[in-house]
Amino acid sequence: MTILILKRIALGILTLLLVSALIFAGTQLLPGDVASAILGQNATPESLTVLRTDLGLDQPLLHRYFAWLGGFAFYAAVISVPVAVLLGLLSAIWRGTVFDRAVNIAALAFVSLPEYFLGLLLILFVSVQYNLLPSLADTYPGMSMGDWLKATTLPALTLVLVTVAQMLRMTRTAVLAVMDQAYVETAYLKGLRTKRAVLRHALPNAAAPIVNVVSFNIAYLITGVVLVEAVFNYNGLGRFMVDAVSKRDLPLVQAAALVFGTAYVILNIIADVTAIALNPRLRHAR
Amino acid sequence: MTHSPSSFSLDRRSFLIGAAGLTALSAGFITNASAQDAQTPKKGGVLKLGIGGGSTTDNLDPRILKDWVPVNQAFMIMNGLVEIDANNHAVPELLESWEAQPGAKEWVFKLRQGVTFHNGKALTVEDVIYSINLHRGETTSAARSIASALKSVEKVSDSEIKIVLESGNADLPYILSDYHFLVVPEGWTDFNKPVGTGPFVFESYDPGVRSRFTRNPNYWKPNAAHVDAVEVIVINDIAARTNAMMSGQVHAINQLDFKTVDLLRRNPNLNIVQSAGGQHFTFLMDCTQAPYKDNNVRLAIKHAIDREQLLKTALRGYGRLGNDHPIPSSDRFYAADLPQRPYDPEKSRFYLKQAGLDTLKVEISASDAAFSGAVDAAAIFRTSAAKSGIDVSIKREPADGYWDNVWMKAPFCMSYWGGRPTADQMLTIAYQSTSAQNDTHWKNETFDKKLIEARALLDDAKRKEIYAELQALISNEGGAMIPMFGDYLDATSKKLKGVTTHPMFNFMGARLAEKVWLDA
Repeated sequence: MTILILKRIALGILTLLLVSALIFAGTQLLPGDVASAILGQNATPESLTVLRTDLGLDQPLLHRYFAWLGGFAFYAAVISVPVAVLLGLLSAIWRGTVFDRAVNIAALAFVSLPEYFLGLLLILFVSVQYNLLPSLADTYPGMSMGDWLKATTLPALTLVLVTVAQMLRMTRTAVLAVMDQAYVETAYLKGLRTKRAVLRHALPNAAAPIVNVVSFNIAYLITGVVLVEAVFNYNGLGRFMVDAVSKRDLPLVQAAALVFGTAYVILNIIADVTAIALNPRLRHAR
Repeated sequence: MTHSPSSFSLDRRSFLIGAAGLTALSAGFITNASAQDAQTPKKGGVLKLGIGGGSTTDNLDPRILKDWVPVNQAFMIMNGLVEIDANNHAVPELLESWEAQPGAKEWVFKLRQGVTFHNGKALTVEDVIYSINLHRGETTSAARSIASALKSVEKVSDSEIKIVLESGNADLPYILSDYHFLVVPEGWTDFNKPVGTGPFVFESYDPGVRSRFTRNPNYWKPNAAHVDAVEVIVINDIAARTNAMMSGQVHAINQLDFKTVDLLRRNPNLNIVQSAGGQHFTFLMDCTQAPYKDNNVRLAIKHAIDREQLLKTALRGYGRLGNDHPIPSSDRFYAADLPQRPYDPEKSRFYLKQAGLDTLKVEISASDAAFSGAVDAAAIFRTSAAKSGIDVSIKREPADGYWDNVWMKAPFCMSYWGGRPTADQMLTIAYQSTSAQNDTHWKNETFDKKLIEARALLDDAKRKEIYAELQALISNEGGAMIPMFGDYLDATSKKLKGVTTHPMFNFMGARLAEKVWLDA
């Protein structure tokens, strides 16, 4: 087990190296140069270096990253993962009912809308028409928890709506696949109630694909929120990165991209390891 | 997002000060503005501004100011030397009065007395000289080229400064109104947190995100700085900015989208502030390259565009017609007698014939980086030019890197200029043959000579005559087709009082924060 985990970590590091090579190659393709983008007509690379050191731009990155990890992406994950798994389970149990269909249609409808459009729709109705929640995710140090929740609810809701669908569908499919197996039928025939048959017998065997899709979606939450950040003017790493791109601050772009890559790789490792832990068959190499 | 092509950002080309002239008559209007604005200002409240044009790399170094957010913030912390008022006149700020010797080469400026910096230090002549010198000599200042006109800046007494110019320039006070000329104490170097004499002092400052400044209790300007604090929230995305205004989260936003102004206007809680200025949109022909080398071709193209339709479609009417020269109708030196060039396919064909051509195929490089709606504008040009036998193909360029790779390089491309406080500056930067930003590569000796001649004249009538000639020269021979001028558009809450139009930039020439008050 330990060796397996170490192996996965080694592979993860290798992946990151490859990612960094790609990032480097990609950023070299950007047109224009840093100096003229930042300082305009009278720019020199020297003054750019001075400018960046003056601003201490390398420092806030990590700080910002952690501040932002705890931001609305986390807020969204906390809501969307349990909601999706629960809805997925329920729609598997009540397969074919009105509930199942309604949940599936709604989920598919939301996932079909691009997140920025969904965000704008939410703003139009929730903020502009009924003035329930603010359209700006205007967060600042020292604001109260209540204010913070109010400010970030709309962006988090947008993310919840777009990520729930996939997790829900995957949970439903995985659980249903297992429910059709003979042993689940046996469990029912033994007289077990649905709750016990699903939670004790079906779910553990369906867990691996669910964990996978959950980790994939959390990774998406972390990396894919750039558009949502723009719509709600949230000050996140995505916006920081976009700024860096337009200013041709390549080291920053590379650093931000690497942070995104790391988040992806780590989440994937966690998913793999969890799947292995949940499934004894994977623990022993054949 | 950050540099949303839909914004007329100052970025990249280090725009000086915008918008030449405005007479009271053409000064634009505030829709639904009520007479209440004339009420006595109220003290107190927190002003919230949603401003586009900021970045996490911003700071408030007067030398590198180049985008809306830092420019507005800089005017909250610091003061300039000279201010341009709502009627486009140079009025005193930290410099109290001035006088020029005949020939406009030697000037003496009087310093305002009794002004103190936020750290308690009294403002002296040395501070002003230091602040001007930040832009002179070996410096990265974006105002370096304008400052190079100053030959010497010297102390005469504790209250007087003498400035000698390389050559006479009657517009010196206007030049000193440039937003780069902000005043800090002598020897000051920490531009992440400059000390100024301005209406507000730092409370918190997070570049490109949000900042909060509180009122300077010792502000010298009478009847200014009414609110207790200003919060600046940087909102670069135009849709997010508009939403913030619609949902009442901010009191004012800058740079509205021409396409949605009419929708915004329906909201009963806000005013639209429409200011005519010098911002104009250009179709640039490189006068050194075929076929644009031939002035007949240039004139054929200038007659082949339907300006009325362009103004109506691309700007939704929020602008004015252009006459192929860069001086706006509101400028005191505007050539009103120069007939407006019409859309005339017949005449266009005539000029093509003069050039020895039956038809003409051209390719125009376009991107919304040039201005919001530039690609649509190119398409309108394509349609109207077809009637003259000109076949226009549109080459869509990526917005990213447009100013590096296309502008001044493509033989025919779209661009824009922010206005300048004086006709001389506008003509010099874009049309003098020696200018580094002569973006049509047009060279005309008569033009260059007369431009310099007019600059030193203190007699306005005579200057007006020469500037009229220069405008006609550019219009009839220059390489820029200038079909329209765009207005500056802001939206403000009805609760916000004291808002006026301004010929320079959005947000009352970037000095909105110290002038307005909140009426609960």
